[in-house]
Amino acid sequence: MTATVFWQLVLGFGAISLVSVGGGIAVLPEMHRLVVEVHGWMTDADFARRFALAQAAPGPNVLVVGLFGWHVGGIAGMLTAVLAMTLPTSLMAFGFSRLRARLAGKTWLRIAERGLVPIAVGLIAASGLILARGAASGWIPVAVTAGSTLFVWRTDYSPLWILAGGAIVGALLL
Amino acid sequence: MSETDTPRPVPTLLDLFLTYGKIGLIGFGGINAWARRVLVEEKRWLTDQEYAETLGLGQVLPGPNALNAAIMVGDRFHGTAGAIAAPGAMFGGPLVLLAGLATFYDAYGEVPIVKAILAGLAAAAAGMVIGTAAKMTQKLKPPPALLAVGLIALVAAGVFRVPLPWVVLGLAPFGILAARHVMRAK
Repeated sequence: MTATVFWQLVLGFGAISLVSVGGGIAVLPEMHRLVVEVHGWMTDADFARRFALAQAAPGPNVLVVGLFGWHVGGIAGMLTAVLAMTLPTSLMAFGFSRLRARLAGKTWLRIAERGLVPIAVGLIAASGLILARGAASGWIPVAVTAGSTLFVWRTDYSPLWILAGGAIVGALLL
Repeated sequence: MSETDTPRPVPTLLDLFLTYGKIGLIGFGGINAWARRVLVEEKRWLTDQEYAETLGLGQVLPGPNALNAAIMVGDRFHGTAGAIAAPGAMFGGPLVLLAGLATFYDAYGEVPIVKAILAGLAAAAAGMVIGTAAKMTQKLKPPPALLAVGLIALVAAGVFRVPLPWVVLGLAPFGILAARHVMRAK
């Protein structure tokens, strides 16, 4: 990894992290602009495949930046991209957490928190919808998504069962 | 906060590290669904409401909400050490795994069976995220105004792909007003 690429990763993902409100999936369009359009590090198809791979792995969705970093700088690129994307905002979150501890119990804060809850849940649902659209390459994956939705919503079994089921259906039918 | 009769267990620093390590490694389809399941249902360190509120704050601050929530949960139980241990464990395991996967993908990504398994897994993970949102909604039982705010967030971000800062900053005043109304009415 050259010094140029290192700084492009640091500044590019660092900047994205500061405007990212929400989870890793919400910032994908910005990431696409950086790695495909601005720097030409990979094609559209590469981008889509790397994203699918990250989705298939456990961990925070934002770790997809690690795969983009890996593509341009191996393991050092992976670590650089992940740290650029997480460190600045982590310090902010920590500061805010401290502030919140001091303000704990204040009514207006509880009202603000309570008001934000439905937005968070709505955005989780939106992420699911976007993921489902990305996975829907035919009627079989759509059926798997629908079955998985019902399984997780209506039962208390570990979701790992339905993920294993999805992988088996994929191996046999896709 | 006085909603249960049984006292909630308080994790040790090691508990926090191991549990977040586990959440990271089983966290298919994103962390939030699993964090809720483990922290609220299995460990009972937080109530549904507390978890959702923490996630709501993590959502509004810049940066990945799962990471912000992990920092705040870690800080809540063990201060600075917790704020490092929880997200460190949550990212560390998956990163090692992802490095292995990237290596594997560079070598075998074009093999048909690998592609097929990934496709099935991605479809199931998508359903899991949707199912979790449905489950959270059912458990939180939001009054109509707050439910509407959530649905607008879903449609704006999921269907119209409105940039996230607009969704959050645009809806936050309405969510807060609705919450104020609901809490006053009690």
